[in-house]
Amino acid sequence: MSIILPYLLMIVVLLFTLTTIAAWLIWLERRMLALWQDRYGPNRAGPFGLLIVVADTIKLFFKEDWIPPFADKTIFVIAPTLIGATVLMSFVIIPYAPGILIADLSIGLLFFLAMSSLGVYSIVLGGWASNNKYSLLGALRGASQMISYEVFMGLSLMGVVMLSGSFRLTDIVLAQKGGWFIITQPVGFVIFMIAGIAETHRLPFDIPEAESELVAGFHSEYSGMKFGMFFIGEYLGITLISAMAVTLFFGGWLGPAFLPPLIWFALKTFIFILFFILLRASLPRPRYDQLMEYGWKVLLPVALLNLLITGGIVLMMNK
Amino acid sequence: MDIVFYITAFVTVISTIMVITRHNPVHALLYLIISLLSISVIFFLLGAPFAALLEIIIYAGAIMVLFIFVIMLLNLGKETARQEKEWLKPKVWIGPAILSAILFVELFYLITIADVAPYNLQTVDPKTVAISLFRPYLIGVELAAMLLMAGVVGAAHIGQHKKMILHRFLKEEGRL
Repeated sequence: MSIILPYLLMIVVLLFTLTTIAAWLIWLERRMLALWQDRYGPNRAGPFGLLIVVADTIKLFFKEDWIPPFADKTIFVIAPTLIGATVLMSFVIIPYAPGILIADLSIGLLFFLAMSSLGVYSIVLGGWASNNKYSLLGALRGASQMISYEVFMGLSLMGVVMLSGSFRLTDIVLAQKGGWFIITQPVGFVIFMIAGIAETHRLPFDIPEAESELVAGFHSEYSGMKFGMFFIGEYLGITLISAMAVTLFFGGWLGPAFLPPLIWFALKTFIFILFFILLRASLPRPRYDQLMEYGWKVLLPVALLNLLITGGIVLMMNK
Repeated sequence: MDIVFYITAFVTVISTIMVITRHNPVHALLYLIISLLSISVIFFLLGAPFAALLEIIIYAGAIMVLFIFVIMLLNLGKETARQEKEWLKPKVWIGPAILSAILFVELFYLITIADVAPYNLQTVDPKTVAISLFRPYLIGVELAAMLLMAGVVGAAHIGQHKKMILHRFLKEEGRL
């Protein structure tokens, strides 16, 4: 019992922190977008408009939770939970600071890839169960986009694995003591970020939900807290990709000693979250076939080449 | 550990049976995904975490998504569910069911007579997998690579088609 208790405590704290962060990211995003577009953004409820999140949540809870009569009811209800569950599962393997992590799996990186590949089902099933042509189109786009970009995401990370010689995330962070992997793996980082944006289907790759073409894509039929789950899942996804980018390429908790490791980790992650929001403010959405073509014709060869060169250099250094 | 194994095995068997008996193809596929996930848990329990996660990434995460993708495109409605119901008559499944029941009894008998060794909990890490793939089984890997390459080339050939470029006044044929 005494072994399990700290774990349980850590899981509860982590769950609470992550959902809170994800909720307040909505405020942050709206404020930052407004700042970059020369507007005020939400500034009425509470100091700096911080309480807008509470107001939004209350609104979501009081909305009619409507299940369309033409929908496949069971799957319609299950679909939104999947995205939150799979993204939260991935947080289990991230080392936040020395000693602050839940599971130090020897195959941690693969676990992250597995969970992100399961996240596709949320979109696919949600769109299919809605039984609506716009949702179905969104789901089809989501499925093909996420399956293709998963491939590049996996390939781009293998360079890091080669350099650190381990799938364990703690080992990967410790291997960056001499220098962050962004220096040795810049190409891998760029591909990982692009694939990460596509995996979380954020702008500019929000093609599954493209408001201007597909109403709201795969979640057109969702309302109330079910829609809220998709929403929170997206922001959790942003946090996850930011945290993974920090862990894999920017030295995780490592940093000069004047700040504790956990603060370093949080700071770096926060910068990446801001980067995600900036992307939304600045880039237009590509056309659907452009997205797929870009993935398979540019990213795949570049990722493979990166892998080949990294492998060659690692072999040469070991000789 | 034993109890975890039995629970997972039970889930696997039940979900696999559900795959066969569901009339709605998407529901059947969902049970198949659960079956694959529980098989991956079994791999994990038996000390093969690498195989377990590859099972999730490749089977549950990629191949099953493609299955669902195709089924979504086919837009199978109530008509298909009715057809499936008609196909799943006792006349159809009774033969295979008896045969597999015989196999099950045999299996049960074999398990009960042999003194079953407790499963060895030696964890197979990715490095061991890689070493065995690229040393003793190199030819197998190369052959699989050739087969996959042939598949890719074949798919590219089948997918190739002429693209019609239509303008208001101009009609021309180009290659995609």
